[in-house]
Amino acid sequence: MENNPLFRPGHTACAGCGQAIAARLVVEASGVNTIIANSTGCLEVFTTKYPDTAWGVPWIHSLFENSSAVASGVEAALKYLGKKDLINVIAQGGDGGTGDIGLQALSGMLERGHDILYVCYDNEAYMNTGVQRSGLTPFDTNTTTSPQGVQSTGNIRPKKPVPEICAAHGIPYVATASTGFPQDITRKVKKALSIKGPKYIQIHVPCPLGWRYETEQMIAVAKLAVETGLYPLFEFENGVIANRKQITPKPVEEYLKTQGRFKHLLGNPEEVKKIQAVADSNILKYNLKAA
Amino acid sequence: MKEFVEGSHAIAEIITKTNPGVISAYPITPQTHIVEDLAQMVANGELKSQFVNVESEHSAASVVLGASATGVRVYTATSSQGLFYMQEVVFNIAGMRLPVIMTCANRAISAPINIWNDQQDSISLRDAGWIQIYAEDNQEAVDFHLIAYRLGEDKRVMLPVMVCMDGFILTHGMETVDMPEQDKVNKFLPAYKPLYKLDPANPISMGLLADPDYYMETRFAIQETMKQSIDYLSEISAEFKSVFGRDYKDLLVEEYQTKDAEKVIVAMGSVCGTIKEVIDEQRSKGKKVGLLRIISYRPFPYARVYEALKDVPKVAVLDKAVSLGAYAPIAVEIKAAFYGKKKGPKVISSFVAGLGGRDITLESIGEVLRRLNTKEVNSDFIDLKPELLKEEYGE
Repeated sequence: MENNPLFRPGHTACAGCGQAIAARLVVEASGVNTIIANSTGCLEVFTTKYPDTAWGVPWIHSLFENSSAVASGVEAALKYLGKKDLINVIAQGGDGGTGDIGLQALSGMLERGHDILYVCYDNEAYMNTGVQRSGLTPFDTNTTTSPQGVQSTGNIRPKKPVPEICAAHGIPYVATASTGFPQDITRKVKKALSIKGPKYIQIHVPCPLGWRYETEQMIAVAKLAVETGLYPLFEFENGVIANRKQITPKPVEEYLKTQGRFKHLLGNPEEVKKIQAVADSNILKYNLKAA
Repeated sequence: MKEFVEGSHAIAEIITKTNPGVISAYPITPQTHIVEDLAQMVANGELKSQFVNVESEHSAASVVLGASATGVRVYTATSSQGLFYMQEVVFNIAGMRLPVIMTCANRAISAPINIWNDQQDSISLRDAGWIQIYAEDNQEAVDFHLIAYRLGEDKRVMLPVMVCMDGFILTHGMETVDMPEQDKVNKFLPAYKPLYKLDPANPISMGLLADPDYYMETRFAIQETMKQSIDYLSEISAEFKSVFGRDYKDLLVEEYQTKDAEKVIVAMGSVCGTIKEVIDEQRSKGKKVGLLRIISYRPFPYARVYEALKDVPKVAVLDKAVSLGAYAPIAVEIKAAFYGKKKGPKVISSFVAGLGGRDITLESIGEVLRRLNTKEVNSDFIDLKPELLKEEYGE
């Protein structure tokens, strides 16, 4: 691994990018015998600007919304060649490429039962194009297309529950993970790849540009999202919740105050209350509170 | 072996003989019979391909893209809206130089929704970087698929090829087809050996970001390959003849009674069968008329068109598609072939017929020849119904 890294340094991600760390953990957990289909987005742009590539495994990028379908074709070809049992196929993209424009292709891939792991790097907006809101942007977030203003406190809709949508397909494994807990990412990727069939892992990946935090705070910010209940970590097996990370919940302000995208809420207890309600609902729904 | 079969079934049979590793398609009329038959052949164990039933044409094209990049022969088929829904991937496949083979069962474009034949779908994707060849009958449709694989997978080419066959007229038409035997197919079309593939033993990255320092050369390279493919088509046609006995000449155009012709119709696809009948009839009356059939629309054979028509006084270009707000698509090419040349027709008139499946009859072709006179016309619609044009709209 040392001499032949699967995710090489020298790429052009921002300092403090959670996605670059998560992507490295994913490919290293999967190993040399991996083929990756990548959606258009930050990860694609910062790792593969011709003539350079950061990838030490076979890697393909086609379009924004079709990495699930491209991976399906890769997997079908490997089956035809009798090589599927030897090679992990991973499809990956950002939250927009996964849960908005790519949701149909993802659902098709899950429903057809391909032996593929889909990894969604969730930084909660379209960061590559300049921080526009996506379906996975949290409530009240200030983005360039859900700006805060006299008539607005930011994004008006709650986060789209993509992991639950995937779990509803009855696939064998769905999990959420966070850059704040790197060993947990590795464990979940390895577990997913040990299971035959379609798998989905959604990793919370802080973005210094879009979230506006100090770059050295990346891990701390990611941890707080989990510890407040705003980003619950859980595992679904065959459509049923099987495991969750239990927490001693911290108030959501502790998370909100670390980031510029929530700065407008800090003098607004009404709105903070609404976000606390989101966390409380998660804590109840996924039984997150430690005994 | 001669068989009396439906066009779609004949295509499914020939695709089976090419042994694709992965087939993926989404149902759309009139492409459906082809993929239904292929699914049945897989179900019967006659075909070992992975058959991937997808949730959209966008994914069908993406699946064959991914499979082709993994190094196996692939096949897909679509039509009309399906092709348009694929469009983004269609351009992507060509840009990635993947030899995907597709049947386009030509059909009109919505709105208004219409499932019948014209050629607006594939013609609208002319700039995608796909080689496009158009069949006149089902024998050609079958043979052209073998030629498509042979050409697309050629190391000098590495481009996708679309075999276009008129929806219903060919796909649902029953004709006698001399079905190529498996041993001859194997001789003509060797197993696919990719230039590059996704393989952990030799990891490469495909589909990289090309900034202004690199992008243009990728387009230039395809343009050059397209130009060279004009010669490769002739070369492969000769090999095809040596194996199967059928002679498609240069595979660019077919000249039918053009030598001494005073009036020539230029057209593409199944309508050429009707046009030949009109020409035979008029020739029997001593009228010097002919047909120039375009087989390869991309690359477009400008030099061959020039040679074929340079001494013809009057040319009528019959398009089964329109470019709304401009000259009809094939007419543009024919006019371009003569721009700045010393020789050439005095008149190149452009006619549009058969949109949305309106029958192009012997009379329609007769009308084209009547309207082809000293006054050049552009995008002149044939067989319009004046009573429909009188309908008035509200305030």
